[in-house]
Formats: sequence, structure tokens, C-alpha cells
Amino acid sequence: MSTTLERPATTPAFQQVSLTRKAKNGVATVLVWLAFLIAVVPLVWVLYTVIVNGIKRIPFSNWWTEDFGSVLSDEVGGGVLHAIVGTLEQGLICAIIAVPIGLLVSIYLVEYGRGKLAKATTFMVDILSGVPSIVAALFIYALWITTLGLPRSGFAVSLALVLLMIPVVVRSSEEMLRIVPDDLREASYALGVPKWKTIMKIVLPTAMSGIIGGIMMALARVMGETAPLLVLVGYSAYVNWNPFDGEQAALPLVMNNERVTNSLDPGSVGFDRIWGAALTLVIIIAILNLLATLLSRLLAPKKK
Amino acid sequence: MRAGDRIFQNLTTGAGIFIVALIGLIGIFLIIQAIPALRVDKVNFLFNHGWSTNDPENMAFGIADLFEVTVATSVVALIIAMPVSLGIALFLTQYAPKRLARGFAYVIDLLAAVPSIIFGLWGILVFAPAIEPFSLWVNSTFSWFPLFAPGNVQPNVRGTIFTAGIVLAVMILPIITSLSREVFERTPTPHIEGALALGATRWEVIRTTVLPFGKAGYIGASMLGLGRALGETIALAVILLIPQGRNFDWSLFDGGATFASKIAANYSEFNNATSAGAYIAAGLVLFVLTFLVNFAARSIISKKGD
Repeated sequence: MSTTLERPATTPAFQQVSLTRKAKNGVATVLVWLAFLIAVVPLVWVLYTVIVNGIKRIPFSNWWTEDFGSVLSDEVGGGVLHAIVGTLEQGLICAIIAVPIGLLVSIYLVEYGRGKLAKATTFMVDILSGVPSIVAALFIYALWITTLGLPRSGFAVSLALVLLMIPVVVRSSEEMLRIVPDDLREASYALGVPKWKTIMKIVLPTAMSGIIGGIMMALARVMGETAPLLVLVGYSAYVNWNPFDGEQAALPLVMNNERVTNSLDPGSVGFDRIWGAALTLVIIIAILNLLATLLSRLLAPKKK
Repeated sequence: MRAGDRIFQNLTTGAGIFIVALIGLIGIFLIIQAIPALRVDKVNFLFNHGWSTNDPENMAFGIADLFEVTVATSVVALIIAMPVSLGIALFLTQYAPKRLARGFAYVIDLLAAVPSIIFGLWGILVFAPAIEPFSLWVNSTFSWFPLFAPGNVQPNVRGTIFTAGIVLAVMILPIITSLSREVFERTPTPHIEGALALGATRWEVIRTTVLPFGKAGYIGASMLGLGRALGETIALAVILLIPQGRNFDWSLFDGGATFASKIAANYSEFNNATSAGAYIAAGLVLFVLTFLVNFAARSIISKKGD
């Protein structure tokens, strides 16, 4: 929309707008503003709930350095170190697998993809982004645990998260690669640089800042998933550094576990733990988003 | 072609093929795991309302109730979210000053970044008590209407499809809004200018140019929202109360379980291959359901073309 449309004309051609038309326009304006306000209310309300209720526990240093293993389930104290370790480990392993695959797919779609396979790939990425997290979890359960006979573990969770992360990475990277100007590629070809080197040395670095931003956002998104945790790993109140074996906690799992095992009256231990874990998760997501912004600024191609 | 080029092209093409194969693999693995359980199912899988997998020797599970509750919660969410998203998308593209619109759009996108378990816990611990007076009022005033009849999780009127539908509506708002906004933004400027030149009010501009142009995209976006709602797992597992005895009866004040929430709530039964198979069979139905909805949505959106 061009700027001329913001204020149509200082003197409208039609001076008389009938009352009903005016009224309809007024009603529509009010409704549209109302719709926006309706959407803002739950966001503010949810964040307010998380911050006000979560702030009670997390300023204490033991929240960040201890687990719940040494305290009773209805006892004040302990911390969520076990869950932070799990969330970060599972997220990191997921990223290590999902990022290269997602990047390769987006490079295929932008640089090589023509014809039926490219169309099918685009379509399947869209479908994959609509696969419910519980279905991804069941698939990994069927593949990893039933078929291959491997144990439930943090790594199995990572595998399910990979399915959820890939489509987000592909979408955002594809968008970034597409806005790299063709002049750059052509200049590189003209100098006799092979296509793959052009992509690796020219195209990718140019788009890198945006790609990293997209990856961070995708990572933040999958770290909040709960369904794969329920199906693919057991909850442990102790720190478990080994993602390949044994039960391992994660922040959403702490929330779910407290919900199931504790009383949830406002002010009770379970209530405080739930919102403390929620605030911790929100803080981690916020830090990832902040890092994304910082990194994209640092890596942005220099303009002269 | 140079060797490096060939390797690189094959690598990226392989990744593309992998994605296409992945969807097929998900279907195949779920089918293989579901079949043994379906074989020993004593009742009709599609039409029976009961779900009992406690005794692997005597399995009797049907998805009719899960299907109904899944559809009911999603439709309630969609009915609430569709007009609101339309309003926000119009607000962001047609009403809000350009500079503010970007910030506002970011605020709406933030809703999508909130983990769904947080929505679920907020929904049952904070939101449900807050709207309880309203729920009770609707329930008692309109109880003559089947949709608002006393449900199967009386009397506190909290963990109901009514509550779950509203929370779910909030969760699918961002996806419907952001896609509709993109479509509305692409309304050809000459159309808008033409309408304005004829003396149309802002609402008339929207009704005559923006809405007809963006209709298909908006419907596609809403269907994507529906797909998201059908598959939402933990928020519904947290909010919906499981009724004792009575099945779902198409009242909004019923409790129940959706495909996804049922699977998530009963993860402890996965220790047995046969009962795990029953849940995988339910997951397979959910997969097919979301696949079809997303497929239709993407077809509508891509047909419009950019």
C-alpha cells in the first residue's frame, strides 16, 4: 500500500456520506480495534501470571544450582538444574541434527530444486510443519524404542524434536537464501567458481545472519514442547548428564510432573514450582531470541 | 560437471528426498505398530465409544469419543479464533499506522512463542477460575439448548470443552492472523485506490477489494489453524477433565479427551506393546486427520498463487 492511501484525500470528492454508511464504517472500525485488544489480553495475562508467580523462587541461587532430588515433593527448596541440563542438552542435540538437514533442504529448494521433486519437497515440508508433536513422538517411539529396541532417553526426545524443528529451519532459511541477489551468484560464476563453492562461500555467508536468527527461533520453539518428553523419556528429579541413557528431566516435564503429583493451590509448593519452571523456560526462550538478534547483527554482511 | 558440484547437488537433493520419504515413513511405522493392537481389538475401532486397554488379553478400544471431542474442541476454537484473527489481520493491514503495525504483528507472533504447557496451566489454574461465573451463567441460562446443557464433569464447570476451546482459540490466533495478514497485504493497490476514488469509506474499501481478494487465503489460513487445533496435545491434556462413566454428549460443558491429549495423558501404559499399539492406532488416525486438513489448506493457499 502506498503512503498516499493512509490519508485518502484532504477534500473527499463525495462530501455527503450517508448516515448508514458512516455508521457501518464506524462499527467496523470499533470491531477491528476490539479484535486486536482481545488478542493482546491473553498474552499480557499469561506473561503476567508467569512472571508474578514465577518470581518467588528463581531469585534464590539454589534454584539454578540444585535439583529436586534432595527435597521432598511438598518441601520448599531445591532447584531445576536437572531440568535446565535436560532442556539444553536435548535442544542442542536436536539442533546438531536438524540444522544441517534443514539447511541442505533449503539449499536444494533454492539452488537446485526444479520440477516434481522440488514441488513435492516444498509440499512435504509444509505437511511436516503441521504434524502434531504427539505424532512425531509416536513415530520416534515406533522407530527407536519398539523397532530398534533402544531405551527411552533424552536422545529419543531430541530425535522427535528434530522432526518438529526441520520444517521451521527450512522455511526461514529458504526465505533468507531467496533474497540473496542473483548478481552475486552470477559474478561468482563469471570468475569460474564452481556452483557448490559459490553457494558455500558467497550465498550462505550472505544469508547467514538471517539463517541463524531462524534457527534460534526454531530451537526456542521446540524447547517448549512437552508431548515428546512424556512418551520418550521418564522424569527424574536428579541431574542426569547422559542424554543416551536413563531418565532425564526437562523444564516442561517438571511442570507436568508437579501438576500430576502436587497440590496446585495458589501459594503451595507445587504451584510455585510450576510457575518457577515456567518463568525459567520463558527466560531461556527470551535469551535465545536475544542471542538471535545479536548474532544476526554481528554476522550481517557489511555495507559500505 | 565437477566432482564437488556433483557431490553437493546429490547431497542437497538427497535431503529433499529424505523429507518426502519422512512423511511416508511416519505413516508406515505407525501402521505397522498399530496393526497387532487392532487385530486383538474386541470392539469396532472406528465407532465404539469405550476405551479400555488395561488388560492386554482383553482389549476393547474405539475412537468415536476421541474423534468427537477432538472435533468439538477444534471447532469451538475455530469459531472464536476466525473472526478475531480476521479483525486483527484487517487492523494490522488497513487500520494501524505502518510503523505501529510491525510492532503489533510482533506482539501477536509472541503468542505463538509461548510453550503450550504454559497455556494449559494458565488455562486451568488462572483462566478457568476467572471465567467460572460466566461459564455457570451460560450453563444455567441456556441449559435448554443441548450445546449448553449440564455436561458430564459437573458441577465446577472448569475443565470443560468450553474452557479448552477458548484457550485453544488463543493458541491458534497467531497462525491464522499472520497468514491472513500476508494475503491482505497483497491486495492490488489500484483496486484500493479505485474504491477510494469512488468515495468509498474505509469499511467499503475492505468489503469490496480486500476481502474478496483475500478470501481464499483467509480460508486456507483458518484451515491451517484447524490443523494446529486438532493436534494440540499438552494444553488439552492439562485442561480437559476426564469424566467418570458418561461419554461425550455434545455439550460444551462436557469433559473428555482428544486423540492427542488421550495419548499424552496415558504415556504410562506404553510399557506394554499391545496397549501402546492401541494409542499408536489413535495417533495414526490423528496423523491422517491433520494430514488431510493441512493438505486441503495448502492446496487452497497455493491455488491462489503468488
